[in-house]
Amino acid sequence: MSALSRVVRSGVGRKRVQTVVIGLVVMIAVTSAVLGGSLLAASQGPFDRAFDQQKGAHLSAQFDPGAVTGTQLAATAGATGVAASAGPFRTAQVELIDHFGHPVPPIIVVGRADAGGTVDRVVLDEGRWATAPGEIVLASGDRMRFGRGVVGRQWKAGDTQLTVVGIARSASDTAGAWTTPAQLAAFAGDGPRTYQMLYRFSAADTAEQVSAGRTAIEKLAPMAGSVSWLDIRRDAISDTILLVPFLIAFGLLGVVMAVLIIGNVIAGAVSTSTRRIGILKALGFTPAQVTRAYVGQALIPAAVGAALGVVAGNLLMLPILAQTNQLYGTNDSGVSPAVDALVAGGALALVALTAVAASARAGRLRSVDALAVGRTPQPGRGRWATRLTSRLPLPRPVTLGLAHPFARPVRAVSIVAAIAFGAAAVTFAIGLGTSLNRVQEVEDLADIQVNALHEKGARPGPREPEPFDDPAAIEQTIAGQTGTGGFMGVARSEITAAGISGDLDAVAVTGPDSARYYRMVSGRWLTGPGQIIVSTPFLTAAGKEVGDTITLTSHGVAVPATIVGEVFNPDNDGMQVVTDIATLRVAEPELVPSTYYVSVLSGTDIEAYTDSLKAALQPEGAMADELSHGPDEMVIIVNTLTGLLSLMLIVVAGLGVMNTVVLETRERVHDLGVHKALGMTPRQTTAMVIASVVVTGVIGGVAGTAVGVLLQRTVITEMASSVGFRLPSSVLDVYGSGELLLLGLAGLVIAVAGALLPAGWAAKTRVAVALRTE
Amino acid sequence: MTTPLIELHEVTRRYDEGPPALNDVSLSIAPGEAVAILGPSGSGKSTLLNLVAGLDRPSAGTVTVDGVRVDQLGEAASAKYRRARIGLVFQFFNLLDDLTVADNVMLPAQLAGMSRGTAERRATELLGRLGVDRHAAAYPGRLSGGERQRVAVARALMNKPALLLADEPTGALDTASGEDVMRLLTELHADGQTVVLVTHDLVLAERCATRTVQLLDGRVATDTALEVLR
Repeated sequence: MSALSRVVRSGVGRKRVQTVVIGLVVMIAVTSAVLGGSLLAASQGPFDRAFDQQKGAHLSAQFDPGAVTGTQLAATAGATGVAASAGPFRTAQVELIDHFGHPVPPIIVVGRADAGGTVDRVVLDEGRWATAPGEIVLASGDRMRFGRGVVGRQWKAGDTQLTVVGIARSASDTAGAWTTPAQLAAFAGDGPRTYQMLYRFSAADTAEQVSAGRTAIEKLAPMAGSVSWLDIRRDAISDTILLVPFLIAFGLLGVVMAVLIIGNVIAGAVSTSTRRIGILKALGFTPAQVTRAYVGQALIPAAVGAALGVVAGNLLMLPILAQTNQLYGTNDSGVSPAVDALVAGGALALVALTAVAASARAGRLRSVDALAVGRTPQPGRGRWATRLTSRLPLPRPVTLGLAHPFARPVRAVSIVAAIAFGAAAVTFAIGLGTSLNRVQEVEDLADIQVNALHEKGARPGPREPEPFDDPAAIEQTIAGQTGTGGFMGVARSEITAAGISGDLDAVAVTGPDSARYYRMVSGRWLTGPGQIIVSTPFLTAAGKEVGDTITLTSHGVAVPATIVGEVFNPDNDGMQVVTDIATLRVAEPELVPSTYYVSVLSGTDIEAYTDSLKAALQPEGAMADELSHGPDEMVIIVNTLTGLLSLMLIVVAGLGVMNTVVLETRERVHDLGVHKALGMTPRQTTAMVIASVVVTGVIGGVAGTAVGVLLQRTVITEMASSVGFRLPSSVLDVYGSGELLLLGLAGLVIAVAGALLPAGWAAKTRVAVALRTE
Repeated sequence: MTTPLIELHEVTRRYDEGPPALNDVSLSIAPGEAVAILGPSGSGKSTLLNLVAGLDRPSAGTVTVDGVRVDQLGEAASAKYRRARIGLVFQFFNLLDDLTVADNVMLPAQLAGMSRGTAERRATELLGRLGVDRHAAAYPGRLSGGERQRVAVARALMNKPALLLADEPTGALDTASGEDVMRLLTELHADGQTVVLVTHDLVLAERCATRTVQLLDGRVATDTALEVLR
């Protein structure tokens, strides 16, 4: 074994704490980077990847069976620009009843013999494809969410019993369910039936190209309707784009944290070895050999840590990828080898670079200087702090410890930074989670929905809720129920607005509590007719601000209105107008609510309340349904990741503190011996060591909390802005003063936790041994 | 017969393999004595001092100081014992560089819970008595070797210990400073302070001690009462 190898091996063995800390820090940094990197990769164009993987349809077209022939449909496969096609598939709108007997909103069922083909290769999430009559495969995604155990259940369509044999995903969103062609033909009902044809074009990157393809097809067969993949893509991207800024922020936080801690650990290890370096140089080691020795000493544990980190990252990523696949509709099966290689290589390069930078400086020192460097801090530094703290009315061991960080200001700053990053991570994580949950709450403000009962035997297919015959009676019934906290009646209509192309949703509200169902961003709530509340995308599209007037047109009647408030309302991509029902009655005198949203008083049993309201409303021909408040998939992913990454960053911060306090304790071991010789008890020693991180912990905690709050506001604002929204203060201002105080103290907790172990060692140090240490 | 202040009974201290540092040593020191422990390097002098100070524990035998079984004390009790009964003076002073002279001297009292005001008054008195009061606000690094050792003695006397243990107190000093410290120790002994010196300096032993104990290979070779030269 060469002299250099011996030096490296003994260095790794002798500095066990540093070796373990380097290994752990690199492992955690690599784990978080693998998670972050994989999520970034998964979030890069997830729709496009899923669409490519499934050979998605650029155009999904419907044809009226009475208006086209099979020959015409077949001919469309050869239309100009069509690269591939699938179909014709028979489709029908079907009202399904689930295994609990609950009706499911009407969906398009497509008769397809198999999931594959050249276009729209549907991916099975669970179960198998429908191969026999009486079998159905349900589509997952936005349209419906299914809990575990749906496969194998008996559903119904009218009187037809259907067995759910699978759950599948189509990136092109071509169906709500699939069944065999024979079963589809057998469905009862005389509702709208169409043929579905799916096309891939040789060029479909722009709306013009898709439109040109559609025109070419229409020349051969008249279409009843069509959906462009660009519209599906836009909706899908707006659903998932919220994740990207979050992941970038967390990824950066993880990387900076890793750089800081790795730098701190390696630089600390080298600085405490200056005397050893002096001895090595006196024995004939060249500066280059010294550098190589210390790089090797750092790389050995780092390599082990990186390998373990890659394994941990890959294992942790599997369940998360399963969720992102659900969310994005992709088929990612594991972490990309490129991500693994990049992260592990990057971490090791970072370790090597830091070690080179730190050891090169020590390597350049003249041997005599290196040997002369004492292990204790340079005398004179931080004496002002010692004088100041000695005056504090605290036990002497505590005041001695409080002054320690000022003797090594650079190291103290690095501890502050490590703690600040940990505290920032916790603050950011809690804030982000709370904000996202509050965004979710905006959609869950009502507990119960009341609609008119559907009349049976009407035409099949989706219908708007029907207006109530006697809204006053409904309102009286709701208001009279024990436990009613508030309610709002809603009538829906379509309007146009000057300066905005196309029709807009109008939500006409009534009732005393309508304000509670919306979260204002600016301005105020409605106080009477002629006023509207809109979302940011509406204001952007119309070029208006709160306080401006705009002319709405409803049923051909111009309705001038003043924009009195901006609201956070993601419905219909924010292109929705909320107004008092009296505003629209100018144009639609018969407009009455078709839905009531009800909130119950705190502590009310919602299920019992709903049952009671149901019974009370039955004579009025109305139905009450409890609204589901289940957490959104994305919120679950974000909360899981936030918790996981925060925990890792906190552990890394604690390790950073521990490593520094270990160095500090080693350097001060002789002074420690003196203190103990003069009568310092183990408890007093522990108090002194822990007190030495109190100042840095508090400063780091406060600074980190401030950074975390800033980061949370920036990221949340950016996330909303990327999809065109501004957020209400309830989503942005999520920290209470008590919470901020606790978060500020989190830095202190990290610092104390990190210092506990070395404090224990210091307390156990034998005086005679410590006094001999020079 | 006076009760001994220090009593070592059949004390052995063994480190790992090899011969013991102290081997079956029995020794009694009465209050008010000034004893010099002599011997070459490796004879067991510092080990004996560490055992008496409660800095180390014997492998066998008992160590009793001022009625306290030092060999049975735990870490915390040992620290409190040192604080209350022992004043330690080291060869290299072991003053804390980042504390002023006054703060160094006050430290043992403050560790014992004495208020800063009371400790300050006692330190001022001691520094004045030892002739280094003008350096109270200075840092140890600016003092001469002799002055540092005077400060170290002041610190050792801060809690009015029953026993002053000095480990080669003149070993790091020039001749003049050494003389100065010897005079100081003699004066302290004359005032009734029990002193145990560990040294290989015969001159120091003859000047300051009333009795010499010679150690050789961990055993007591000679135990001699001296006529003190003043």
